[in-house]
Amino acid sequence: MGLPARRQEDTEARIAHLEVPDGAAWATEMRKQAVSRYLAMGLPGRRDEYWRFTRPDDLNTPQAPSAAVVDFGEAPAFGGIDRLRIVFRDGVFDPEASDDLSCEGLEVERLQSATAHEIHWLKDVYGVLEARSQEPVARPFAALNTAFATDGIVIRATERVSRPVNLTYLHENPDSDAILHFAIKVESGADLTVLENGPAAARFNKCMEVDVADGGAFHHVRAQGRDHERRAVTHMFARLGKKSAFKSFTLTANGVLTRNEAFIEFVGDNAVSHIAGAAVGDGDFHHDDTVFVVHDAVGCESRQVFKKVLRNGAVGAFQGKILVKEGAQKTDGYQISQSLLLDEDAQFLAKPELEIYADDVACSHGSTSGAIDEDALFYLQSRGLPRPEAQDLLVLAFLAEAIEEIESEDISRDIYGRLKGWLQRHRR
Amino acid sequence: MLKINDLHVRLEEEDKAILRGVDLDVTAGSVHAIMGPNGSGKSTLAYVLSGRDGYEVTRGGVALEDQDLLELEPEERAAAGLFLAFQYPVEIPGVGNMTFLRTALNAQRKACGDEEVSAADFLKLIRDRAKSLQIDPEMLKRPVNVGFSGGEKKRNEILQMAVLEPKMCVLDETDSGLDVDAMRLVADGVNALRDEGRAFLVITHYQRLLNHIEPDVVHIMADGRIVKTGGPDLALEVETNGYADILQEVA
Ligand SMILES: Nc1ncnc2c1ncn2[C@@H]1O[C@H](COP(=O)(O)OP(=O)(O)OP(=O)(O)O)[C@@H](O)[C@H]1O
Ligand SMILES: [Mg+2]
Repeated sequence: MGLPARRQEDTEARIAHLEVPDGAAWATEMRKQAVSRYLAMGLPGRRDEYWRFTRPDDLNTPQAPSAAVVDFGEAPAFGGIDRLRIVFRDGVFDPEASDDLSCEGLEVERLQSATAHEIHWLKDVYGVLEARSQEPVARPFAALNTAFATDGIVIRATERVSRPVNLTYLHENPDSDAILHFAIKVESGADLTVLENGPAAARFNKCMEVDVADGGAFHHVRAQGRDHERRAVTHMFARLGKKSAFKSFTLTANGVLTRNEAFIEFVGDNAVSHIAGAAVGDGDFHHDDTVFVVHDAVGCESRQVFKKVLRNGAVGAFQGKILVKEGAQKTDGYQISQSLLLDEDAQFLAKPELEIYADDVACSHGSTSGAIDEDALFYLQSRGLPRPEAQDLLVLAFLAEAIEEIESEDISRDIYGRLKGWLQRHRR
Repeated sequence: MLKINDLHVRLEEEDKAILRGVDLDVTAGSVHAIMGPNGSGKSTLAYVLSGRDGYEVTRGGVALEDQDLLELEPEERAAAGLFLAFQYPVEIPGVGNMTFLRTALNAQRKACGDEEVSAADFLKLIRDRAKSLQIDPEMLKRPVNVGFSGGEKKRNEILQMAVLEPKMCVLDETDSGLDVDAMRLVADGVNALRDEGRAFLVITHYQRLLNHIEPDVVHIMADGRIVKTGGPDLALEVETNGYADILQEVA
């Protein structure tokens, strides 16, 4: 078979200037396999079914389209929370700006160092979860990431750790093209929270692989960088053991292109996975949430809540699939994707899918797109709320179901505060 | 307090005149009732007063004290002291009743140049008002009107009125959907607010509410006009004879 000649050329050109980093034999082997995977899949084309809603062009070019660095004069996300700070500048770890990486209950190590060891737990995670996600749908940017990621952090949690790890991605160079890879192992009974914020680069390719052992819990909250022209393709991979929990929330405000993929796999019984996202876009904004959940165990609960508020030409896309394999009885799956279109120029595209091979399951999904409720708006105004304030209140109410997925009150307050600020700045 | 002068209103969407010359003078301290057949334009009048979109005033005007009401945005009308208890209160999922009321109260205070109320003072205020209307505090935590019974919604309107303390209160069929006891409570709530500086315009179909909230003046609206005005007896007349006689009389 093979790819059409043109696509093959583009696929090769995309990585021509990239080098497989040095490392231990297992790491080199994993990276080389990833290169092969990538070359076999090829870059997504315009007619690729999985890229129907999102044009991959700007992700396919060898050089990153530049993105102006914007100073919003705003306090950084999660500022008020006691956390372990790990800072990257245009995709390069900055030890000076970061906290000391030692933390009770955690092993934190730079990717370069971890992949240099011949024996390391990372061997069972790095590129492994990514590779498992490549069937039935190709995710070429993730394979590219495994092959060429130049930096990153690996974390092993062995206890319940109350202090979150905060990955902060600073963007300073308008032409930066960053590829970061994170691998996380949450051991049995351990509990870890990871926070992410910042635009990272003009173009950002990020993978996070999260392996949660039996009874482990992983919490994730991300506030994606606000630089208007930045582009991002991110992948979150999770492999969930027995009675484990995985909770992830993403706030996206601004960004000319964002593709956030998640691939969640239940391998142990009675585990729980909640993924949620709130995205707000005004103008040149394209945001795509693509989620794939595989139930391959009994009695697992998966929940996906994605909400988008769009105006002025902003586009939102959602692709969500729940695959319930044979034998995955008592699966409880819930999926909702909704958009609130604040004017007639905004657009929402959605493709929710259920594929079920077990007979004793409860799965529901729904997707809606609507305008602001004028009756509600008038009701609020008639009680004295100025129209813009009333509209913000309704927008926040619309997003609430997603934000409520954040368990920590402090973090959720931080997210609400950022959203309120954004809404105020974007009032008409 | 509220002066309506030869008010003509048509629907923006379809070329249909709904109000065809309404005159009304509600003085401070008084209670006026409006009765009238279904579709005669009572709710339309209430909506036009509160500034809802979709209506075009083709003639006439409305003054609230010395302000031209029709020039104001709905929220400015609220800040000026106008309140409408809706015939069909709106459900707002995701917005807590308490948050809503506090935001509303503070927005109005801000518009009037007053300081915002503190969370603690607000809590005290709303607890007190809810108690006299026998509203379960749990209801205050729920989203605005979502899952409320018809009667609960109406009581919630009166609670909002009691908290916001408007000068000019328009009640659109607040009695419909209320059981006998709830009607008493609502009437008591209204009566508690009655004073020299405040006026009420009570739209109703039933004399029963007017037994509890005694009106000073009763108007009959038909076909977009006030066709008859009288004392409390007029409501009794409608109760026993219906509208037929009155309409014939003015035809
Ligand atoms: N948005 C609208 N579109 C079409 N017709 C309307 C609209 N609003 C009001 N009307 C019409 O205007 C007339 C007056 O309606 P309105 O609701 O004011 O009556 P009402 O006196 O309050 O009646 P009820 O006693 O049944 O509550 C009715 O014929 C109604 O159908
Ligand atoms: Mg009516």
